[in-house]
Amino acid sequence: MTRSIMTRSVMTESVLAGPALAASLPEAFPARSRMPSERLVATVLVAGFCLLLVVIIALPLGSVLIKSLEAPDGGAAGLRNFRTYFSTPTLVEALLNSLTVAGSTVAIVVPLAFGYAYALTRTTMRWKGLFLAFALLPLFAPSLLSGIALTYILGNQGFLRGILFGHSVYGPIGITIAECLYAFPHALIILVTALSLSDGRLYEAASAMGTGRLRTFATVTLPGARYGLVSAAFVVFTLVVTDFGIPKVIGGQYPVLATDAYRQVVGQQNFPMGAVVGLLMLVPAILAFAVDRLIQRRQSSLLSARSVPYEAKPRPVRDRLSLGYAALVAGVIVGTYGVAIWASFIRYWPYNLSLTLDHYDFAAADSDGWAPYWNSLAMALSVAAIGTVTVFCGAYLIEKIKVFPAGRAVAQLLAMLPLAVPGLVLGLGYVFFFNAAWNPLNVLYGTLALLAINTLAHYYTVAHVTATTALKQIDPEFEAVSASLKVPFWQTFRRVSLPICMPTVLELFVYLFVNAMTTVSAVIFLYGPSTKLAAIAIVHMDEAGTTASAAAMASVIMATALAARLLLAIVNRFVLARTQSWRRREASA
Amino acid sequence: MTVRDATPFLEVSGLTKRYGAFTALDGIDLEIGRGEFVCFLGPSGCGKTTLLRLIAGLDRQDEGRIEIGSVDVSHAPPAERDFGIVFQSYALFPNLTVGANVAYGLVNRRMAKARIAARVAELLTLVGLPDQAAKYPVQLSGGQQQRVALARALATSPSLLLLDEPLSALDAKVRTRLRDEIRQLQKRLGITTIMVTHDQEEALAMADRVVVMNQGMIEQVGTPEEIYRHPATAFVADFIGAMTFLDATVGNAREIRVGSVDLVCEDGRGFIPGSPVRLGFRPEDIRVGSVVPTDVNAIEVRVRSLEFLGSFYRARLEPSRDLGGALVADLSANLHGDLALSEGQYLYVCLPPAALRAFPVALPR
Repeated sequence: MTRSIMTRSVMTESVLAGPALAASLPEAFPARSRMPSERLVATVLVAGFCLLLVVIIALPLGSVLIKSLEAPDGGAAGLRNFRTYFSTPTLVEALLNSLTVAGSTVAIVVPLAFGYAYALTRTTMRWKGLFLAFALLPLFAPSLLSGIALTYILGNQGFLRGILFGHSVYGPIGITIAECLYAFPHALIILVTALSLSDGRLYEAASAMGTGRLRTFATVTLPGARYGLVSAAFVVFTLVVTDFGIPKVIGGQYPVLATDAYRQVVGQQNFPMGAVVGLLMLVPAILAFAVDRLIQRRQSSLLSARSVPYEAKPRPVRDRLSLGYAALVAGVIVGTYGVAIWASFIRYWPYNLSLTLDHYDFAAADSDGWAPYWNSLAMALSVAAIGTVTVFCGAYLIEKIKVFPAGRAVAQLLAMLPLAVPGLVLGLGYVFFFNAAWNPLNVLYGTLALLAINTLAHYYTVAHVTATTALKQIDPEFEAVSASLKVPFWQTFRRVSLPICMPTVLELFVYLFVNAMTTVSAVIFLYGPSTKLAAIAIVHMDEAGTTASAAAMASVIMATALAARLLLAIVNRFVLARTQSWRRREASA
Repeated sequence: MTVRDATPFLEVSGLTKRYGAFTALDGIDLEIGRGEFVCFLGPSGCGKTTLLRLIAGLDRQDEGRIEIGSVDVSHAPPAERDFGIVFQSYALFPNLTVGANVAYGLVNRRMAKARIAARVAELLTLVGLPDQAAKYPVQLSGGQQQRVALARALATSPSLLLLDEPLSALDAKVRTRLRDEIRQLQKRLGITTIMVTHDQEEALAMADRVVVMNQGMIEQVGTPEEIYRHPATAFVADFIGAMTFLDATVGNAREIRVGSVDLVCEDGRGFIPGSPVRLGFRPEDIRVGSVVPTDVNAIEVRVRSLEFLGSFYRARLEPSRDLGGALVADLSANLHGDLALSEGQYLYVCLPPAALRAFPVALPR
């Protein structure tokens, strides 16, 4: 109050001191003439961005579609390939197998993840942050690490194989368990979000009306989370149908779509049939995408600006049960991955359990030695660096620059598309498109650059949505203010938008880096003799029977990914805390 | 009183803007004089903000012309239109200090650092925040942030200042104070200013002229007194201040028939006798107290309710004869004390002939 009185008196003074000031005001400052015009630059940028997305996303996907309609010897085949597919029992078997495995994984992992998410969001159990971190662990490893771990635990030499009652882990059992581990964090993230978006007032209203706990759960909690549950089910289903690493490692003689597509293309060079299998994998993915869009629109309306977040109150029995449950699940996850890491240090499982670093001498297992790891690192760093710039600038153009609306709409559509496309399908598209004789871009085939481009396209959507969300939170009038001050948009981008979004930019970098380190499915078709990646080396070493080296390489990837995440945490804690001081209300003095 | 000179500074003609099937602005014609303070006033969705954004070049019109200082800028980008703008959200760059925010438009021009610093200090003094240059926006109150936004908009000495609901996000007290300050500043700098607002009190208090808008069209342009005293349409009358409406029929000469009562009305002469009109009058124009039954337009009423509103009372009055509706009258607290009114009491009130306005029955748009 005192302050406002002071400003008031100063104001009056300055008004009284009028004439001198007023005389100096109308002085005009010459605006620097700007060449070329802002509009032109913006239009060219949007058009260029569109073209980029068309080349790295639309054209490869279109190639899959066209290839599926071609005869193996070239020429048009119409729908003959599809007819052949569905009349070949071994091919249809793979389709049914994929559906079976994906269905069982959904049935197991969604309830498990819901319980875990409930414990994290709706109880006052201890060590929530730690339990969340444990559950997210699988995100930092290639999917096939969980498969490798299972061969040690439940395989022919596994110390727990007794619990399978004589059934082999190589096949549907192994795939399902490994996929559960791999898909768990994906389902968990969705369900934690869904359960966090709850209106605490609803619970107070229910309790004020004397509603029992079970009925509150059935009438408030479940309805609030049902969109999340549907979304999680679809995401898990899609992940399993399109995952290549796990069935490759632990599938045995049990064919599924992903391994079939690989066999058709790499084994039999039957590109059109590979394209058909790819399109089949696209079906659940597109369904999941459509359902997710629908759900997001509804989910957002559940929570109004007046909602009050739910805050759990201590309830000892529930909290202790939750702690026990979370410890059990986290124990299984950490234990499984722990076994794989431990096994990578074991001399000769299970006969000689002494520790050794021999398996990290990859040259003994694979002629390429450590080279695939350095390839992966180089690839992941370039994806992260180039990708972060592309994604963020692209999102800025779509979100903030009001020129060329048709171009921006096309770019937005293409940026959202990769979410609905399994990596294996995108990889196939890259084979068809970038390996075509007529395509001048085929010089890229087999290079690290193409691997990087493919990986960026594969993970484009999540990065794009993250960047867009951050940009949407910035006042939409900044560009208008800049225009009125005759400051071109690129200066405002550099001086304001980018610095404000710095935490998001770093987040994008690490997201792209981690995924580029761990991905197998998209790049399995694309590597060349000198550009083999670490995750592919794992597949090869596992195929060659040097499982311990495969586990070692997977552990190195995981350590690298975790290190990147840790580095981000440190940067956030120490560097950003200083450069983002403008976010704090208190004066820094 | 207007301060317009002969040639308009800003001239808008036939301006139309559509969003799909929705017409946001429908053929707007408007002239604004140099140095004038004009308010665009209307309910939300009336097109006032759209009109401001078209003038700024932030959106593009579908049809029509915009001239600023006799130069056609209809298709010029915002940067070529020479205006400063202040938004309801302040739109201050949060990662830049107050000083850097004000200097934002100056840094881009070839100006010496020292001159920029001097100019920033001058502007911050002008808006009453001389010591705040090193702070970040988040450390300031809403009113202070809006002053910074104003300083930033004035920094490049634009010839036109656009204010888009600049006060709507502020508390009532701060709002009133800042509104006086902006008005004084505008007068002193002589800068042509357009302010968009939905607050009629704000518009009446600040503007040289008010442009009342509704459904993409201009209802009336006039000084605050003109639009309050002589509203051109029932919409303006209802939107600016309070007004009671009764269905009436125009009679011969100066007579107008309301229900079963004939009233004397100065305003009904433009209509053909016998045509239906809406008769309007303001609550503060009804004369209560020392009215005798023989006075012109005296009506006997019963006090149905009395509402205490601080400096005045609002009375709902039920006519003893059929008027087709209740009357609303405002009377000062003093008068209320003198009359010792109570609910249920009968008394005579007078509807002064000069205070009665006849409006055409609203035509469907």
